[in-house]
Amino acid sequence: MAGAIWAVTETGSRAAGAGLKAVSNEVIACGQALAEALGKELEAVVVGAGVRPAAEETAARRVNAVRLVDDPKLDPYTPDAFTAAIKQAVDAERPDLILFPHTYQVRDWAPRLAAELDAGFISDVVGHRVEDGRPVFVRQPYQGKLNADCVFTDEGSHLASLQAGAYLADDAAAGNDPAEILLQTVDLSGVEIRTEVMETFQEVEDKIDLSRADVIVAVGRGIGKQDKIGVVEALAAALGGQLAASRPVCDNEWLPMDRQIGSSGQTVSPKLYVAVGISGAIQHLVGMKNSGTIVAINKDANAPIFAVSDYGIVGDLFEIVPALTARVKEAKGA
Amino acid sequence: MKIAVCIKQVPERDARLRIAEGGARIADEEIGGAAVEINESDQYALEAGLRLAESQGGEVVVLCLGPARAEEAIRRALAMGAARAVHLNDPAFQDGDAAATARALAAAIESEGPDLVLTGLQSDDAGWAQTGVIVAARLGWPSATLIMEIEIEDGKVKVKRELESGWFQWIRLPLPAVLTIQSGINTIRYATLKGIMGAKKKEVRKLGPADLGLSGDQVGASGRQVEVTRLYVPEKTKGAEMIDGDAPTAAARLVERLQKEAKVL
Ligand SMILES: Cc1cc2nc3c(=O)[nH]c(=O)nc-3n(C[C@H](O)[C@H](O)[C@H](O)COP(=O)(O)OP(=O)(O)OC[C@H]3O[C@@H](n4cnc5c(N)ncnc54)[C@H](O)[C@@H]3O)c2cc1C
Ligand SMILES: Nc1ncnc2c1ncn2[C@@H]1O[C@H](COP(=O)(O)O)[C@@H](O)[C@H]1O
Repeated sequence: MAGAIWAVTETGSRAAGAGLKAVSNEVIACGQALAEALGKELEAVVVGAGVRPAAEETAARRVNAVRLVDDPKLDPYTPDAFTAAIKQAVDAERPDLILFPHTYQVRDWAPRLAAELDAGFISDVVGHRVEDGRPVFVRQPYQGKLNADCVFTDEGSHLASLQAGAYLADDAAAGNDPAEILLQTVDLSGVEIRTEVMETFQEVEDKIDLSRADVIVAVGRGIGKQDKIGVVEALAAALGGQLAASRPVCDNEWLPMDRQIGSSGQTVSPKLYVAVGISGAIQHLVGMKNSGTIVAINKDANAPIFAVSDYGIVGDLFEIVPALTARVKEAKGA
Repeated sequence: MKIAVCIKQVPERDARLRIAEGGARIADEEIGGAAVEINESDQYALEAGLRLAESQGGEVVVLCLGPARAEEAIRRALAMGAARAVHLNDPAFQDGDAAATARALAAAIESEGPDLVLTGLQSDDAGWAQTGVIVAARLGWPSATLIMEIEIEDGKVKVKRELESGWFQWIRLPLPAVLTIQSGINTIRYATLKGIMGAKKKEVRKLGPADLGLSGDQVGASGRQVEVTRLYVPEKTKGAEMIDGDAPTAAARLVERLQKEAKVL
């Protein structure tokens, strides 16, 4: 309905079962908080082909309605079809605010929707508050070093995408009764889909499964050069753990891709995770923040990695890591 | 083949950032001089563009919206091998959101008429992860994001897109198109001395809004739909127990805690 808040959910591909992705509930949790604070209706939007089961699952949450946008042209995902479908729905229903999860797929199509609607879009949001009856969204520019309060300055529908983990899926309250599922009809017959989707695959190589390791020592760009990695490798060996890395280390081919931790690498939760020369960008944190004990070694006392760590040492890794390796060997020998 | 690459000049990763008076932007004098570089994923985009121009025949034109200091980033791109540059350097372009910046870039790209546009996947400073896709929408072209491989086919481009958790996808798009490049797609070249010398003679077109058929209130701070009202250092959350001392002392203290408190050793 006009003036509502929409929480756009995300499902897997039809081939993968079209199930509701967990981030969808994070968006609903944020939507519930905003709807309450702003006195607006909250509607969840489920978009895809064959996604009625996902809509039914969504309808169990406390939302005023679920809008089901279901069309064969919406599978496999393409930015052209998704943009056209939701643009039609927005033009028909005129929601005030459209919330998305900040997934790779949303990065691919939501900016296009914003452009076609000529609407402001605040992406990668980590929190919000309400001031004078308007939402203020907080993002973290400069690689998470600073916070920025952002507001919309235009009229009409607005878009915001939420960083993974910024809102808790468990906070998405259940409703008393299942919400009504409204079939949102869209006509995609005239939409030209320009991307041809070929195959979806995982890179096959002798992949190391880091998720089984009890101890992981991860090295970041702070190491500076490939030939210095031995310093960190020695600590991993002393701890009896696996060596892992942040993305730039793999991008530079200092270590193979299968050692990468993060949103485009592996997700791990060892008993002990030692981050060496890693700043703590969100795309790295999502891969390791559920580890048992986290230790960070970084020369920058303000590095975001310290915020998720249990123990931190500020200083030059080339001094600290060898000292630590020696001490661990001593402790283990004793 | 004509390839346009969008490059943004951003503060270096280690740069000390000082918030300007008014509290809503970074003090610009602080990000002058040595503490700036070409945005990381844009460097990969530039390298990808140069490789395509070499293998397919053609040239790379770089586009950069930014103040006078951004000239340094442009010269570096020219030294790496770009043929020409367009510098959107009018003060009216400053402090835009992704939409306002994309409006200006799209207009400049239109005047160049390339077959392919490459941008970075996201800027290391603003981090909207929107600009490339909005440029495509404004041009009416298809786009694909998070690209890790590019193959040119007859009138089309076949690309490998990164999905989450180690998955990838091959897709094909008709040209002209916009691709946003993910870091790691290639190995970035260094500028040679010859390249650096040659860059000084290359053409850099400086354009303002009027040159693009835009009015000043469509771009920059006047054209934005999203405003940053305050920029501030995040409050420290619980955070880590910080362990002091010189290296051997800190190491000993940490090991003791890992043994006795965390019980992981
Ligand atoms: C879509 C997308 C997906 C991504 N996927 C991933 C992913 O899966 N995994 C991942 O890790 N990243 C990923 N990234 C990249 C991520 O955003 C960061 O750029 C990256 O994690 C930074 O790596 P880093 O911390 O090693 O490097 P930097 O951010 O450059 O940090 C280096 C750190 O080393 C410290 N340092 C430097 N020298 C020393 C020294 N001598 N002693 C001690 N400390 C020192 C510095 O203070 C700094 O904090 C992704 C980005 C995007 C946009
Ligand atoms: N001021 C700019 N000048 C040139 N290119 C830009 C500018 N801002 C953004 N871009 C391009 O758009 C990409 C995404 O930026 P953003 O949307 O800010 O994350 C960057 O990696 C650049 O390639």
